[in-house]
Amino acid sequence: MRRSAAILAPSLFIGVLLAIWEGACRGLAVPAYFLPAPSAIALALARNWPLLFVSAGRTLVTALTAFAVVNVLANASALAAASNRIVEASFRPLAVALQVTPVVALAPLFQVWAGIDHPERAVVALASVVAFFPVYSGALAGLGSADPELERLFDLYGANAWQRLTRLRIPSAVPHALEGQKVALGLSLVGAVIAELVAGAGGEQGLAWRITEASHRLEMAKSLAALVALILMGSVLHLAFEALERWALARWRGR
Amino acid sequence: MADRAVAALEAVEVDYPGRGRALGPFDFRLGAGEIVALVGPSGCGKSTALRLLAGLEPPTRGRAVRAAGRGETAVVFQSPTLAPWLSAAANVALPLELAGAPRASARARAIEALARVGLAGAQAARPAQLSGGMAMRAALARALVTAPKVLLLDEPFAALDEITRRQLADDVLALWAVQRPAIVFVTHNVEEAVYMAGRVVVMTPGPGRVAGALAVEGPAPRPPGFRTSAAFRTAAERLSQMLHAAMDGVR
Repeated sequence: MRRSAAILAPSLFIGVLLAIWEGACRGLAVPAYFLPAPSAIALALARNWPLLFVSAGRTLVTALTAFAVVNVLANASALAAASNRIVEASFRPLAVALQVTPVVALAPLFQVWAGIDHPERAVVALASVVAFFPVYSGALAGLGSADPELERLFDLYGANAWQRLTRLRIPSAVPHALEGQKVALGLSLVGAVIAELVAGAGGEQGLAWRITEASHRLEMAKSLAALVALILMGSVLHLAFEALERWALARWRGR
Repeated sequence: MADRAVAALEAVEVDYPGRGRALGPFDFRLGAGEIVALVGPSGCGKSTALRLLAGLEPPTRGRAVRAAGRGETAVVFQSPTLAPWLSAAANVALPLELAGAPRASARARAIEALARVGLAGAQAARPAQLSGGMAMRAALARALVTAPKVLLLDEPFAALDEITRRQLADDVLALWAVQRPAIVFVTHNVEEAVYMAGRVVVMTPGPGRVAGALAVEGPAPRPPGFRTSAAFRTAAERLSQMLHAAMDGVR
């Protein structure tokens, strides 16, 4: 009963919104180049599905590549920072700078550095910048979150630094680290799209490229169809990671 | 009684920044194989004294002497403090593995230790799957697995129900009878102190000093019905009076 309500209520809400949108477009005769009706968007989605699917795949590859790069760099940095206060203090301003700098402002620089022949590298690098901070801060918080009494037991049993890191700090970090990664996965997709928009990924035609291209031609239904595909992909990615996180935490906790 | 001291605190004082004096001056001697209860009001520095005996922190002044070497002192805290990501056996094997024991033998000894505390068959269980009492037994198994000379118990049963804590008190005494470690037992429960210990040290409110000591007569482990014996009742009554006197003395 509750479960079906949890599915039914939002479906109904979205249905009502779409019906109002559809009705308004038809009743007020809104031109399709300004705001197409949901039915037109659905039609555009159905017609352009193969192309959108390929483009979504490209954006997804960019986002996942960035996510992988970030996982290596941010976790390595967090390990270094957690092992030494001076390292942590040295990293902090840089980490904050990375977080507060708008990716749009970095795009032109990255394009130059990546070179005209490799715009996809610039896009991956830009998406990585966006996703770096949550993974870094999640891992760092996790590495510092070990039970203080367990820390004391490790003192008592004369554990060395390596044992403390691998047998206490890293396992303790799992829940925080997963939380940071969940945020970062969403951000890497957002970052990939923004990077595609501003860096114009040349031959790599991702979803952002589809959106801009269709908008420039005033094919608003197609542009919105690409947006819908993006939302669907982001949602599936989020749900998939949540399921993975639940499974991993259940294993970590033992129930 | 304490001719062969395994640990001692000599005129120790502990000051914490921002909190002032937490303990002392405090003198304490722990003889090999004896069971001593430290009793006092909250905040009197009982747990601080225990950490000094464990070597987990140094005294601000005075001397903490520890005859036991590394790995020969074990501590059980008020919470079981098990690693949630490890099975019961892996938790118990941890002290051995940290000391460099091979994995297989550490695991075998851990399973033995679990069986001794009544957790045979629970080696694969995770801490989240254990009840409060079972988790505390696992913590006890982890403390005993290294066959320590000194076992320090910091209000280990405080979070458990009355029946479980009585069972565990008997279990600790039974285990003591086998390995004979010296035990220091911190509690604020008068009856528990008298039941467990051969000697009870009463502390004043913080900063804790020795307010007095009481020897408890009777065999250890305690025979059935010891709680209703005259010796137990008298000692508990006497200890209550000492505790009240210690608290009034400061006011």
